[in-house]
Amino acid sequence: MKLDIPELSLIALVGISGSGKSTFARQYFKPTEVLSSDFFRGLVADDENDQSATKDAFAALHHIAGIRLRAGRRVVVDATNVQKHARAELVKLARSFDVLPVAIVIDTPEAVAWERTQARPDRDFGRKVLQRQAADLRRSVRDLGREGFRKVHIVREPGDVTISYEKAWNDRRDVTGPFDIIGDVHGCRAELETLLVRLGYVIERDDQGRPVSAAHPEGRQAVFVGDLVDRGPDSPGVLRLVMGMTGAGTALCVPGNHEQKLLRKLRGRKVSVTHGLAETLEQLEREGPAFTETAAAWIDGLVSHLRLDGGRLVVAHAGLKEEYQGRASGRVRDFCLYGESTGETDEYGLPVRYPWARDYRGDAMVVYGHVPSPKAEWVNNTICLDTGCVFGGELTALRYPEKELVSVPAERVHYEPVKPLAEIAPERDGATLSISDVTGRRHIKTAYGTVLVDAESSAAALEVMSRFAIDPRQLLWLPPTMSPPSTSRQEGYLEYPAEAFADYRSAGVSTVVCEEKHMGSRAVVLVREEGGAVYTRTGRPFFSDPATTEALLERVRTAARPLFAKLETSWLLLDCELLPWSAKAGSLIRSQYASVGAAARAALPGVLSAVDSAVARGVDAGGLAGRFKERAANAEAFTAAYRQYCWPVDGLDGVQLAPFMVLASEGASHAGRDHGWHLAQCDTLVAADPELFRATGRRVVDLSSAEDEAEATRWWLELTGSGGEGMVIKPYEGLAHRVRGQLAQPGIKCRGREYLRIIYGPDYTMPEHLDRLRDRGLSRKRSLALREHGLGLAALDALASGEPLWRVHELVFAILALESEPVDPRL
Amino acid sequence: MIGSVLLTISTTHSPATDLGYLLVKHPAQLQSFSTTGGTAHVFYPQATEDRCTAALLLDVDPVELARPSKGQKGPDSFSLGRYVNDRPYAASSLLTVALGRVFRSAMKGASKDRPELAATPIPLEIEVPALPCRGGTGIVARLFEPLGWTVEAVPVPLDPAFPEWGDARYVQLRLTGTVRLADALSHLYVLLPVLDDAKHYWVSEDEVAKLLRAGDGWLAGHPDKELIARRYLAGRRSLVLSALERLQGDTAATEPGQDEEQAEVPERRVPLVKLRKQAVLAALAESGASRVLDLGCGEGALLLELFADRRYTEIVGADVSTVSLAIAERRLKLERQPDRQRERIRLIQSALTYHDDRLTGYDAAVLMEVIEHVDEERLPALERAVFGHAAPSTVVVTTPNVEYNVRYETLCGHRHDDHRFEWTREQFAAWTARVCAAHGYTAEIRPVGEDDPQTGPPTQLAYFRKVA
Repeated sequence: MKLDIPELSLIALVGISGSGKSTFARQYFKPTEVLSSDFFRGLVADDENDQSATKDAFAALHHIAGIRLRAGRRVVVDATNVQKHARAELVKLARSFDVLPVAIVIDTPEAVAWERTQARPDRDFGRKVLQRQAADLRRSVRDLGREGFRKVHIVREPGDVTISYEKAWNDRRDVTGPFDIIGDVHGCRAELETLLVRLGYVIERDDQGRPVSAAHPEGRQAVFVGDLVDRGPDSPGVLRLVMGMTGAGTALCVPGNHEQKLLRKLRGRKVSVTHGLAETLEQLEREGPAFTETAAAWIDGLVSHLRLDGGRLVVAHAGLKEEYQGRASGRVRDFCLYGESTGETDEYGLPVRYPWARDYRGDAMVVYGHVPSPKAEWVNNTICLDTGCVFGGELTALRYPEKELVSVPAERVHYEPVKPLAEIAPERDGATLSISDVTGRRHIKTAYGTVLVDAESSAAALEVMSRFAIDPRQLLWLPPTMSPPSTSRQEGYLEYPAEAFADYRSAGVSTVVCEEKHMGSRAVVLVREEGGAVYTRTGRPFFSDPATTEALLERVRTAARPLFAKLETSWLLLDCELLPWSAKAGSLIRSQYASVGAAARAALPGVLSAVDSAVARGVDAGGLAGRFKERAANAEAFTAAYRQYCWPVDGLDGVQLAPFMVLASEGASHAGRDHGWHLAQCDTLVAADPELFRATGRRVVDLSSAEDEAEATRWWLELTGSGGEGMVIKPYEGLAHRVRGQLAQPGIKCRGREYLRIIYGPDYTMPEHLDRLRDRGLSRKRSLALREHGLGLAALDALASGEPLWRVHELVFAILALESEPVDPRL
Repeated sequence: MIGSVLLTISTTHSPATDLGYLLVKHPAQLQSFSTTGGTAHVFYPQATEDRCTAALLLDVDPVELARPSKGQKGPDSFSLGRYVNDRPYAASSLLTVALGRVFRSAMKGASKDRPELAATPIPLEIEVPALPCRGGTGIVARLFEPLGWTVEAVPVPLDPAFPEWGDARYVQLRLTGTVRLADALSHLYVLLPVLDDAKHYWVSEDEVAKLLRAGDGWLAGHPDKELIARRYLAGRRSLVLSALERLQGDTAATEPGQDEEQAEVPERRVPLVKLRKQAVLAALAESGASRVLDLGCGEGALLLELFADRRYTEIVGADVSTVSLAIAERRLKLERQPDRQRERIRLIQSALTYHDDRLTGYDAAVLMEVIEHVDEERLPALERAVFGHAAPSTVVVTTPNVEYNVRYETLCGHRHDDHRFEWTREQFAAWTARVCAAHGYTAEIRPVGEDDPQTGPPTQLAYFRKVA
């Protein structure tokens, strides 16, 4: 016996005790799909036969069933289900998750069931119970369909069954396009013809010259979002063309509310003949009953939404929220046809629509029509293609997967809108972020791996983000943390280039670039043709005065003109160091670093003279004297180290910007480009405005060449010897460079011996300290750097492919959240 | 081991070398003791009949000090400041600990060899070359002069290369006076950390006992005993109160003035904070709301009032700061409330620039002194989230009226460091009107506090009602 079952369904097994439901379930379904009431009784009461636990057991069962159904997983309920109220619960459950309920009745004779029951030591109920169940079942069977079960199968030989899963009608994931999705046509046949031709379709005509089909020479498929009819001059003409195309397999179509209403009218139902239906009826009148009947049958066969291209594309007339995609129920169909109404009406008497797209967070692109607006705009990976052709607007198509819009203007105003088209500005606010996008424990999946952000880190980041960070619309990327090289054993050094080169060599990188590390503060510069932002590595505005920000942006903009043109962009995202360090870190330097120097200068001379006097008196304190002399020298060196990075600034005077990467521009992430390219672009800025921009010194090192390494090491010693912070070593191939499929550390900072006094304290170079400091663990820092780097790359990708703001923000927010993980700040 | 903290004690009392007997440390030797965070050395740079100087030198081990210890998990536990700091050079509570350890018997005033001298005030000179001092040189004089010292305190420049940076928070201290050595040591023991005002270890209840012991005989009569107690006990209010109570015997302790967050304290009659709460509560009561949101509830000042009022059947306090929420939870004593009470109130972390579905469907929302903490350019996001998305029937907003700021004599700038803006009455009215137009509300603006004829009231309140 063959049982047809919708792929996603809630299957209720129905049968008396001992009828063999559990055996049946074991035989035909995965163990995880089967929720058995006996099992749940055991779970909540330690006894599978404890009837007093039935209520709790079902509460738990329904809860788990709900979780599975929400996730789109099949559920088989193994319980007697012979009573109506028990089944009603299951039908309700299925409906609330928009899946189809199915009943499979295991119709085993009561006598057989009784025999089996007697053979089981744990079943101690009498035959009366079975007989009552059997009676209940007999009464129920014929009502199952009416109770809401979409399919009812009665199985008499449970051992001899094959189950065949039916794909949902909306499941066209195997159809992969490419597509041309076309907005609401509303009887505008002429414009549709123009659009199809513009899209490259060849139109086929009948002997009267009427278009009856169209095909694309490259095999593209058209997808109509519905509302082909009403209001416009030639609804039958549109129907004829689209019906021909769907018949020929060159188009797909979902129904709109206007088709739905037309069908109801044609089927003799009572509907109000408004909103342009009268025109359609009149036009159909001229076509004759045969055409009208064909059209009605065709409309009747349309499926309210389609999932296409592996599930990456969903088309429905009024859009579809994520929970409803791939589901089947009356309310899913209603949503597809009419959208979600808030129940209110506006000043024109039109229903106020709930802006579902604003909350949309699904992976599938949703393309729809229904609500006319002057321009098609992306909102969170959804787009409405109704640009009001019939009202004198445009007829619009979306090329998929290219995401290109193609429009043709209306030939005239065919129908006066209730409210002027220009005034229709439905809330399509893609800038709205929801707290649920960022808070709680999160697993963030990107092309670079999955990153876990724990709830505490999210909570901390929420505070920083909402209180101190710049507008999320400007906060497009944050730099990942950077690890130092493996600790050096070189005498007197904690960090040395050799280990950085070795680290990359062992990671499989063959060429690196060493870039001079400017000692300032990290600054990300987003420069737009108008406006922009300059922000720190925690997303805060760099300057408290917006005028300073704008002045800096204007200088960058001017210098970057040629780069704007070359990259055909209206904005650039630059990764830079802003100098001097004191510009941003002034108060930190004064309160922390200068203070240490001042205290040392105040205390040490007194100490030295006291110790010297004691030694002169013959006290054996010579050891102290020697140590404190060295200490005084270290304190001087410490002060000298930070002084290098301080100079006064006034507004922009004295400020320098050292750009080293062009992260992104309109429609493009440049993470895949090598550092040679990045530095070359940055050099053009330095050349254009050498006063503001500071060049970044560099050496390219072939990691198989000892000479290259030696030369770069000499260079590093020279840089750090004259007060430089050190250098950053990066894989030459660029940020997105992978070795054996893995991302490498985006950069390793190798800091100079003197600079590190600022980090590890004035006396860190004394051997007894250095030895202890060498015991530092880098793995945490490195893992953090890689996770943040992956998120950053994903943010740049999301930006380039025009993903919604919430997605970019989710990624950037996660980088900030990871930064709150405790890591030794000296690394 | 490196690092140093130096303190020298000299006397000219003849024979000056008797100082060695009082301190129980021999003038001819270098003596070293292990102490918290390093090693303490005692030696004598000078030891003649006329003048004898003892030096206490603390060798701080910065690497050891930087290791996180048990119970030390404050928010700073991973900041760089733990690693690069002035502890190796500046007198601090570390020195105090060493002082108490190395000169314990001298501090008690006990001396086996010179008992009379120990009980006698002698001419003393004390030098601390790098004394961290919060509050400038004036406070040094305020603290030491009442105890009979002549004070010389010279500020240390932050960095001679950058004269514009001004002075560091250190002074070079020289005290001269005729004081019993034991008293001098206990003065230092208490007052050095008071001046530093940054204790390196957690303050616990037994610190109160330590303070009372060391301050015996002089602290009770010190005109700045409150300041001393507060700083010594690191601002922990309950400890301060218990110390003051015990200092004063039966006389009731007054609460020490908290560092008020706002400059609005000098209100003579009812404090503005209270007037503002009253005005907000009156507006809420007028609206007839029973399910209310306190958005930006902070530490729960308003929540306490709402919770006490049975008409509010469902209260949600939302704030972005988890620390504030934890304090609010403690203040509400939520874990001790019976279930039915506890079910009335919920505290959630939320940020008002994000849409939050948990905040929809309520009767009223209060934003008491909240909007001015949001960057002006981010306000539209807050408006959409509160008035557009959460959209309660009533919204009560209060914010400072900047025109009134001239009435605060000591105020320069905003009333609070974190205020991103403070509005005039006109600006607030304009914002209110814009919100009403965009989101379908009507609003009435009310004064809170004395309605000054020139400047208007200190606080302005907008009472928004959603148009049905």
